[in-house]
Amino acid sequence: MTVLTERPRTRRPAGDQPSEGRSAARRFTPRAILLNVVLLLGLAASFGPLVWMIVSSVKPEGEIRQFPPTLFPEQPTWDNYTELFATLDFPRFFANSVVVALAVTVGSVLFSAMVGYALAKLDFPGRRVLFLLIMGTLMVPGMVTFVPLFVLVANLDLINTYAALILPFLAAPFGVFLMRQFMLDIPDELLDAARVDGAGEFRTFFAVVLPQTKPALATLGILTFLGSWNNFLWPLVAVQSADKYTLPVALALYSTGQNTVQYGLLVAGATVIVLPILIVFLALQRHIVQGISTTGLK
Amino acid sequence: MAISARRRRTGLAAWGFALPFTILFAVFMLVPVASSLYMAFTDMHGADLRTPWAVNFVGFDNFAAALADPKFQQAAGNTLYFVGVAMPLTLGIALLLAVLLNSGLVWFRSVFRVGFYAPVVTSIVAVAVVWRFLLQPDFGIVNSALGLVGIDGPRWLTDEVWAMPSLIMMATWRNVGYSMVILLAGLQGIPRDLYEASAIDGAGAVRQFRSITVPLLRPTLLFCAVITGIGYLQFFEEPFVMTQGGPLGATNSVAYEVFNQFGFGNYGLSAAMSYVLFVAIVILSYLQFRLLRTEK
Repeated sequence: MTVLTERPRTRRPAGDQPSEGRSAARRFTPRAILLNVVLLLGLAASFGPLVWMIVSSVKPEGEIRQFPPTLFPEQPTWDNYTELFATLDFPRFFANSVVVALAVTVGSVLFSAMVGYALAKLDFPGRRVLFLLIMGTLMVPGMVTFVPLFVLVANLDLINTYAALILPFLAAPFGVFLMRQFMLDIPDELLDAARVDGAGEFRTFFAVVLPQTKPALATLGILTFLGSWNNFLWPLVAVQSADKYTLPVALALYSTGQNTVQYGLLVAGATVIVLPILIVFLALQRHIVQGISTTGLK
Repeated sequence: MAISARRRRTGLAAWGFALPFTILFAVFMLVPVASSLYMAFTDMHGADLRTPWAVNFVGFDNFAAALADPKFQQAAGNTLYFVGVAMPLTLGIALLLAVLLNSGLVWFRSVFRVGFYAPVVTSIVAVAVVWRFLLQPDFGIVNSALGLVGIDGPRWLTDEVWAMPSLIMMATWRNVGYSMVILLAGLQGIPRDLYEASAIDGAGAVRQFRSITVPLLRPTLLFCAVITGIGYLQFFEEPFVMTQGGPLGATNSVAYEVFNQFGFGNYGLSAAMSYVLFVAIVILSYLQFRLLRTEK
């Protein structure tokens, strides 16, 4: 609380200065140093466990258990990964995860954009009812649909298929909500101009509307991909044979299904799941963070 | 004539756009929501999987059975415990970090922002591996660090008292970044002049925080509270991957009990429990709107 209240006080002299007071000197006052040290401790708590995971994945079993943990492995080794990829068929699980996440992302984003456009910009019978139904399901907890979804998928004979892993996630109400919000901001004149120029509805959508909503498409795409990549409960019950496992399912089954704990293999498996996402996140962090904040502020 | 023909054409085109989603939405969302309600009033079991219509209506029996079940009561208590502690903790830390990061004195704002947000994008299964090791009682990092200052750390995940606080810490760690990013964006939307003007009027820092920051941030805080509350009431993943609801049901939750009853084949009971959870979510969201909506 003491640190928290410093900000406005340090702001006050800044107001007297002609510039916004970003001078280097102000950044190294005791107050600034204290603030940054507090934030660094927070960073160690939030990012430290992930660093530990990645570093431990290239350590031998004994070194993983050392305290304090070494930041740079004393005996770096790829053994954990070699074993992971040789004995547990992780390449297959990785490919499954990629295929499912890509299919869910492309399908969900495209369908959400299409229905979002119709709801925002077109007049059609049933529009209000459809909109209310979609919004009404936004708050339905996943557990409500979980059991009947299993019954349904079983009766459609889709258990243990890729379709079971993909189709239910193409009906995400959040995506429609997000796309509709963005499409409301597209000026009607733009659409009318395209129609006057003789473009049909589908051409208008693909050539005019979609390019206008690139930021929303990117945000939704990233969030959908993340959700699908990390999803584990549904795949855990919807597929039963190892050739359909996604990465989190494989790791969850492996990490609970054994007696002796081999941390090396587990952290290597965890790293295989997290590292690609972390790299994508670091590369796109500006878009992701902006996207998240706008969905929250809209 | 021309106008109505054109309207009919755009109406057709509009349904063309809406149809792919609508079909999938009807099959994989509306049908399950409706059949969940149907199942909640029947005695459907795992054996009826292929004949879901050949079951008996039992009225409110499933709901009565759920509410009278001591395991469900314990799970409901645990869920409230979790939400009651983890939600204020998450929002409080997120607000603190957002206010700190909004200061002009921060050295590498985007590094901090990325670092605090990173746990949000990581898989819970992977996170579980890391946290099980951190909390490992004999050589885990937390107890080893506590040992340095002479504290004999508890057996976190297998101790009836400490298991829930462990999961609260873990959930907070994983979710703070999301609210922080949204609150930071909200803070950046507050005009600087307001602080300067109030400073001229002699308002201190605490006063500014209470009279400017909090009221103007209210809608953003409300959004974060509702989203966090909805997510936390469905508390499931952490106990599933860390404790399997144990020890002795100390980390069992309502959502977990729904899953367990599904596993036992008690589909009707499971569906009834999930609707109890649904109602709780609606009530909590409503209360938050009442409590935090902008005062007129």
